[in-house]
Amino acid sequence: MPCKILEKERLIPGQTSKLVIDAPHIAKKAQPGNFVILRVCEKGERIPLTIADADPERGTITIVYLVMGKSTALLETLDAGDSILDLCGPLGRPTHIEKAGTVICVGGGTGIAAMHHIAKGHHKAGNHVVAVIGARSKDLLLFYDELSSFCPEVLVSTDDGSFGHKGLVTDLLRQRLETDKTVSEVVAVGPVPMMAAVAKTTEPFGVKTTVSLNSIMVDGIGMCGACRVSVGGETRFACVDGPEFDGHKVDFNELRQRLAAFKPQEKLSYDHHCKCTCAGEK
Amino acid sequence: MTATAERKPAGGRKIAPRVDMPCQPAGERIRNFEEVALGYTQQMATEEARRCLQCKNPKCVKGCPVEVPIRDFIGQLAKGDLEGAYRTIKSTNSLPGVCGRVCPQENQCEGACVLNAKGQPVAIGRLERYVADTYMALDACDHLSAKLTCPAVDPELRVACIGSGPASLTVAGYLSARGIKVTVFEALHEVGGVLVYGIPEFRLPKSAIVEKEVQALRTQEVDFVTNWVGGRTFSVDDLFAEGYRAVFIGVGAGLPRFLGVPGENLTGVFSANEYLTRVNLGRAYAFPDYDTPVYQGRNVTVYGGGNVAMDAARTALRLGAESVRIVYRRTRDELPARHEELEHAEEEGVILELLANPVAFHGDEMGRLTGVTLQRMQLGEPDASGRRSPVPVEGDTYDLPTDLAVIAVGTRPNPILLEATPQLTLSRRGYIEVDEETGETSIPNVFAGGDIVTGAATVILAMGAGRRAAKEIRRRLKGGE
Repeated sequence: MPCKILEKERLIPGQTSKLVIDAPHIAKKAQPGNFVILRVCEKGERIPLTIADADPERGTITIVYLVMGKSTALLETLDAGDSILDLCGPLGRPTHIEKAGTVICVGGGTGIAAMHHIAKGHHKAGNHVVAVIGARSKDLLLFYDELSSFCPEVLVSTDDGSFGHKGLVTDLLRQRLETDKTVSEVVAVGPVPMMAAVAKTTEPFGVKTTVSLNSIMVDGIGMCGACRVSVGGETRFACVDGPEFDGHKVDFNELRQRLAAFKPQEKLSYDHHCKCTCAGEK
Repeated sequence: MTATAERKPAGGRKIAPRVDMPCQPAGERIRNFEEVALGYTQQMATEEARRCLQCKNPKCVKGCPVEVPIRDFIGQLAKGDLEGAYRTIKSTNSLPGVCGRVCPQENQCEGACVLNAKGQPVAIGRLERYVADTYMALDACDHLSAKLTCPAVDPELRVACIGSGPASLTVAGYLSARGIKVTVFEALHEVGGVLVYGIPEFRLPKSAIVEKEVQALRTQEVDFVTNWVGGRTFSVDDLFAEGYRAVFIGVGAGLPRFLGVPGENLTGVFSANEYLTRVNLGRAYAFPDYDTPVYQGRNVTVYGGGNVAMDAARTALRLGAESVRIVYRRTRDELPARHEELEHAEEEGVILELLANPVAFHGDEMGRLTGVTLQRMQLGEPDASGRRSPVPVEGDTYDLPTDLAVIAVGTRPNPILLEATPQLTLSRRGYIEVDEETGETSIPNVFAGGDIVTGAATVILAMGAGRRAAKEIRRRLKGGE
């Protein structure tokens, strides 16, 4: 059943967009940490995207994506009023949320949007949520206002120092952990190197660290095993056992290698798409 | 009519040899994804149908999990009554075009045929396929007219099926033909379950066969809802709250099993589910026209000996592999695949690496698969099941280069619906427990069948389970026999 896009916001023009989609059946069940699988067109690939927000009353879910291959490039051609051909969810286990005190939610790049839903869940459960977000520069920083609307603290780092701390999110995280002993959990969503660095930073402090993994998936419903990751030496499936795992136990090196499995095909597909769209076929 | 001419009168009559199935030549078919077996012509079908002895007490029917009145449909076909033959099959089998292609007939109807004593059973599967294909090729009006024999569907008598594979399609076919409104919920974007994501196009054409069988159900007012995940988008309780009177769970096989050997998470090692889903559901054979990619292996190894292993091996050949080996730890005699699949695979050039078991996969510095170490095996004493179990030959290992490995050693239950429905009683192996007579689960009016009950099995066994549950559902909703 196609689902209609109600709003589209170009957060970073040509690179990152936010869609609010009419999907009451998913919105009703969606919890922090869940994701959807979508397919843009008849010949399209199934791709997983984390739910950045859900409004069960309005019957909508929000997704944020980075244009990085053919499927997201196709998604970027859609506007408010258009429909997504296939949208399926909510998938994955929800984030484990309980009232635990202070929770630091770290987000990098597009992962900030995915982290937003988790941070909101912790806030609603009565936790003191500290958001730590990073980007290359100020104009590439996502969801600052959204997070500021409920997080008592939003700490920012940028690579070029154009906003907040000049440096990495892990600098801010380490400073905080050194001075604040009330932190009960750290959640990280973002690029693999960032999540690996967060896990490494928190380890000496012995703070529980949860990471949300963006493995390659085909069905997203526990059938194919494409998304398998090694966690504490055991093979787990991100789609049905995750996508969130103990960051101190994830084999990030293997994850990075598995994410690169289809790089040549992804490039071929994207180039093919660009050639076709430039020729006006679309 | 050569067949009749060769026949002698009853008593000491001579039976003509079984009519061969025309196939695409092996050299040609490994370069395409079109169907391998081409189907009987009318003359071939008539000739083969006339070989049937029309036994008073037909054993073939007892060999069929869904009790197709085999003798009767073959009798009708021999007389040229195609429509009668189709209706006879359809009276118990919702998917004849599928079953004629994928059933292990040698273990079922044809295995039970009295002519099998001489190794020449009536080609029941091929005849079933002929009837289904030929009937479906008729004008659409003919199909619609078939509906007139069904009672009107009562919109109040609603039944939900979770999953749209062969078990659920059978439930839908049986109940909708008896006036019950069925809605089928499918988690993927296409209807058909394993018929679509698992069995390759060259063995079961999707648009020509599966879609038509589904379309026939639509004309019986069966509704299909895709992208709807049982246990995530909705729960079993939600269905009852929405007014469904009974629920059938046919969610199929689940998580792939892996071998548990080092190097299994290298890129280039796939589960058969992933490899086949990419190619079949994602149409990766047409990449980049279709967006789903798949690995193009040069030296492919496939682990396992069932139909899924054969499908993966033959798919790899068609995608351009230079060599494809099926690695199996027993001998050829124990290979569980359907005979025809093994024959076709060997004709096409698939190599059997028998009495061998993988012990480790090896990769390069980028984590890409480059080779495998195999342990030589021998057959030991028979185990509890009577099969001789393979044991390693001490110290005898060897290496093979491989850049694409496909693991086809079965599946475990999919946890999604089971975790969301804790009231379901599960077996020791984690599958759903059902009443053997009715297919009912531990939740009243919730039935289950197919791989989620038995573990990975065949299409026809799933259909048999669907039929059993459907009979009980009909009895409860409409009463009588």
